[in-house]
Amino acid sequence: MNLFQEAALIAGKDLRIERRARVVSQQILPFGLIVLLLFAFALDPDRGVLRRVAPGLFWVTVLLATLLAISRSFGIESENAARDGLRLSGLDGSAVFLGKAAALALELLVFEALLTFGVVVLFDVHLAALVPLCLATAAATVGLAATGTLYGVLAAGIRARETLVPVLMLPVVAPVLLGATRAWESSIDGPTSDAWPWVAMLGVFAVLFVGIGMLAFGPLLEES
Amino acid sequence: MSATALEARGSSERLLNPWVRRGFGIAALASLVALAIVGLAVAPPDAVQGDAQRIMYVHVPAAWLAYLAFGVTSVSSTLYLWPRTRALVWDRIAGASAELGVVFTSLTLVLGSLWGRPVWGVWWAWDARLVTTAVLFFLYLGYLALRRIPAAVDVRAKRCAIAALIAFVDVPIVHFSVTWWRTLHQQATVFNPKLDAEIHGSMALALWLGVLAFTLLYVYLLDLRYRLEVLDEDRDERELETAIADRVRGAGVPTAPGAVGVSS
Repeated sequence: MNLFQEAALIAGKDLRIERRARVVSQQILPFGLIVLLLFAFALDPDRGVLRRVAPGLFWVTVLLATLLAISRSFGIESENAARDGLRLSGLDGSAVFLGKAAALALELLVFEALLTFGVVVLFDVHLAALVPLCLATAAATVGLAATGTLYGVLAAGIRARETLVPVLMLPVVAPVLLGATRAWESSIDGPTSDAWPWVAMLGVFAVLFVGIGMLAFGPLLEES
Repeated sequence: MSATALEARGSSERLLNPWVRRGFGIAALASLVALAIVGLAVAPPDAVQGDAQRIMYVHVPAAWLAYLAFGVTSVSSTLYLWPRTRALVWDRIAGASAELGVVFTSLTLVLGSLWGRPVWGVWWAWDARLVTTAVLFFLYLGYLALRRIPAAVDVRAKRCAIAALIAFVDVPIVHFSVTWWRTLHQQATVFNPKLDAEIHGSMALALWLGVLAFTLLYVYLLDLRYRLEVLDEDRDERELETAIADRVRGAGVPTAPGAVGVSS
């Protein structure tokens, strides 16, 4: 089996568990929509504030949901000594990382697609330039999934991991929030050309953290 | 501590000879006194900013020290991860240095804020450098939180070294993204904190004195913190040993109440 087949195996396992348990679709997704409602309560929907700040609200919501998804992604490994099984499986550490990150990214993409629908309907946002918007979203999601998987395994086995992961991860992904929000703003209100540097930055971030994750995941998994 | 543990630790028991450390401490104190005199009395008040500018004599050295400290953390974390140089010394230096870095970053932020209020009229501005420093502060605050999680010494060391390196890699990205953000959105910041090329002689002297004093202080505190870490590890070990010895002798409950749970 090569690296990608092994990764696909792990991603398949995570997605199969999700299909059966439906934690992301029945708990994290409603959570995202509730947050959108809360934003509307907190910021007056009548004055167009929501429309103007929608990209920022969208990405803050995604960040919060990512934290929950990471917790879930490593929660399933902590039950029934699944982490020991993973260690004993003989799969390459990089492959396990890629698999878990890919599953997380897929879940987040589905979440984002539905949340986008929510933002369009509830906040009256018109998505003008779809290409940079989708590229920025994809790159940002890969970056978030990679950092999330990395910090997930770093904190695995620590009793306080639910509180530790946000403190460790949020400052690191601050550039993702910044870049994705700006790219969305430019894609919605223009000029579209302003979005491209951010898409590039998000791409660099994603590549960098996928690389770090592939290197560091194996040693961290062994000793967690 | 048992004889074998002492042997294993060997020369890494301390970084500096106690006398050398004391020398650094005295030199740091002397240069801090000199800095206070030059900075507060000798250097003239700034033509535009008045006395508020004197904050720079501690603000700039504090910022320098924060960078130095985080740099040392990154280098020693790398040395820990590199199999050939792997030794607990590097882990302890990384932790001690990060702690100092966080202290001096917060000092930089607070001093900058105190200076900004009279000079810029605001406590905080969304300037690229300020935002980067704030993110830096939180990055290493998280690192310190991770360090406090009890675990086997080598597990914790590896975990922390990786976290330190991630933080280090992230800093340039944060800096670039924040700089772009501020330059794409608002035309040139209102203020341009560029030091005048023709800086008054005694002002330059005060700045350099500050950098010197803070660097000496850093070395002194780093060594002190390192020593504290070693003593801390010893105490944990000894508590456990006493507890085990008590049990073996049939003395019943261990003397130290917290001694049993140490192993987690």
